[in-house]
Amino acid sequence: MNEQQSHETGACSAVGGTGNGVAYRVEGIWFRYNRGRREGENDWVLRDLELVVRPGQVVGVIGPNGSGKTSLLKILAKLLRPERGVVRLFGRDLAGMPQEAVARGVALVPQDSALAFPYTIAETVLMGRFPHHRRSGLAGFGWEAPDDLRHAEAAMQALDVGHLADRLISDVSGGERQRAIIARALTQQPQVLLLDEPTAFLDLHHQVDICRIVRRLSEERGLTILLASHDLNLASQYCDRLVLLTEGRIARTGTPEEVLRPEVLCEAYRCEVLIDRHPESGLPRVTLPGRLQDGQRMAAS
Amino acid sequence: MLGLGAAAILMMAVCLQFGAERIGVGEIARILLHAAVGDRDAVLSESVGVIVLEIRLPRVLLGFLVGSCLAGVGVALQALLRNPLADPYVLGISSGAALGAAVAVLLGAGTSWLGAWTLPAFAFGGGLLAILLVYRIAVSYGRLPVHTLLLAGVILNAVFSALIMFITSLVSPAQSFAMLAWLMGTLNAPDHGALAILTAYLVVGGLVLLRQARVLDLLTLGEDGARSLGVEVESVKKTLFFTSALLTGAVVSQSGMIGFIGMVVPHAVRLVLGADHRLLLPASALVGGAFLVAADTLARTLLVPGEMPVGVITALVGGPFFLYLLMRKTAGLGV
Repeated sequence: MNEQQSHETGACSAVGGTGNGVAYRVEGIWFRYNRGRREGENDWVLRDLELVVRPGQVVGVIGPNGSGKTSLLKILAKLLRPERGVVRLFGRDLAGMPQEAVARGVALVPQDSALAFPYTIAETVLMGRFPHHRRSGLAGFGWEAPDDLRHAEAAMQALDVGHLADRLISDVSGGERQRAIIARALTQQPQVLLLDEPTAFLDLHHQVDICRIVRRLSEERGLTILLASHDLNLASQYCDRLVLLTEGRIARTGTPEEVLRPEVLCEAYRCEVLIDRHPESGLPRVTLPGRLQDGQRMAAS
Repeated sequence: MLGLGAAAILMMAVCLQFGAERIGVGEIARILLHAAVGDRDAVLSESVGVIVLEIRLPRVLLGFLVGSCLAGVGVALQALLRNPLADPYVLGISSGAALGAAVAVLLGAGTSWLGAWTLPAFAFGGGLLAILLVYRIAVSYGRLPVHTLLLAGVILNAVFSALIMFITSLVSPAQSFAMLAWLMGTLNAPDHGALAILTAYLVVGGLVLLRQARVLDLLTLGEDGARSLGVEVESVKKTLFFTSALLTGAVVSQSGMIGFIGMVVPHAVRLVLGADHRLLLPASALVGGAFLVAADTLARTLLVPGEMPVGVITALVGGPFFLYLLMRKTAGLGV
């Protein structure tokens, strides 16, 4: 897909088609690390990416390692800036928004959270109130108002970590920690929630737990959610739309049925996969090739 | 926090008693009260009055200011570098500031009327250079392993020390001796002018740091973490670099290199009060001040009638503690 074409077919790569409400509109962004170095074709992490995200959708960003998933999420949270192109959040150009304003609209749950210092769960969750603090006068010293405490409390209840409030974040299980970080994100009162590999490093029980929470947040609060994941099955079960990235470009967007097709995944991941239906939901189920695949094939033919 | 403040004042009062000669609490209270009410000249006509007001009080106050600043800068650096072992002395920022001050002395700044202001300014320049180098090294490795950061500090220390030694060999023997004594860290009784100037540097710097306390909490999440919660990381970093270098420079130009307070004190306070910087920062400043006043009292009294540099005491306390933390860190978290 060359540059010209992708501009003309922008609507095709849009998630959800045309309509009035748009949470994110990404217009032809190019991004690379080490900007300023001499331009080489392989430096670009994202190339001329176009994307439209509708409010209230759960969008899964999938793709092989190094395809630009994390970079895309970071750009959407204004942690990185694209070299060309524009990102609009509910119509506002992200580049012109102060970081604080972005943090009131968008919360990011990072892939790994630093734990160098002994904060409790409650302290961690309260950090989410920072973008709502006033910066002048006595308020500039950063103490919380009763309102802030109320929001943090509600978020901890919603994520079921209230009973852990006084435990150190380094002392709880991975699943509990992830729920606490999501509670911190909710405390920002965002309209958009970005999750980078939210189920990595979690066992099966906690994977399902986090995914159900994501669905619930979308349905109960109307949050717009983008999550990057390597787990195609969880993405299939819990996302409304999928965006498949390869080499910094969008290879395919659409419903899980439209994106999770053998020929599409085979090309993106360079790996043959089997796709059938999930026995409960009927949604696509992706299975990696098994050890006996070759022999079975021969037998079948 | 009020309790800590009271404890710090109590510590200063206790330490006023000790010196070459012990002066009772009642006596000290009488002298201070008289001096405060306004009968200053009458008090200064007694030799006890002179000792308390002109020698011990300035020294105790200086000790408190220096100790609280070093602890405060330690807290800020630890958050900024996300490393509980960071300290202005260990990371070479103190020796950068010392180099700056040495350059100022070499250029003759100490003798001019600007001396009292320019020495801290040069030390600030040296400290800023060191801090930028350390941070540069820290970010170029992404998440920096603890050893790499410490190694960077060791190298910076070695280079700056070499340059300082080079400068001491350029100046006169008398100057060179004074420089070496100062490098070891002393709280020699400052004159009132120097104390006032230092206080000005330190109060301004301290208030700026205190306003960033909440931001320090968020910076422990890393640059991206802080940014995603709404911190304008670039501008905050500049403020913190600038303030830390300013405080270190002011302290070093007056008292030389007093080590380990910036690491030991915040660590101990964090164990008791937790990591919240809005508490940790002021509490560490109070404890750091009281700690240095106590250490200095030991330095003054252990070898009566002589005395040793207070840097010796803090290094003897802080060094082993540092090693203990390093070994525990390496064995446990492997950060």
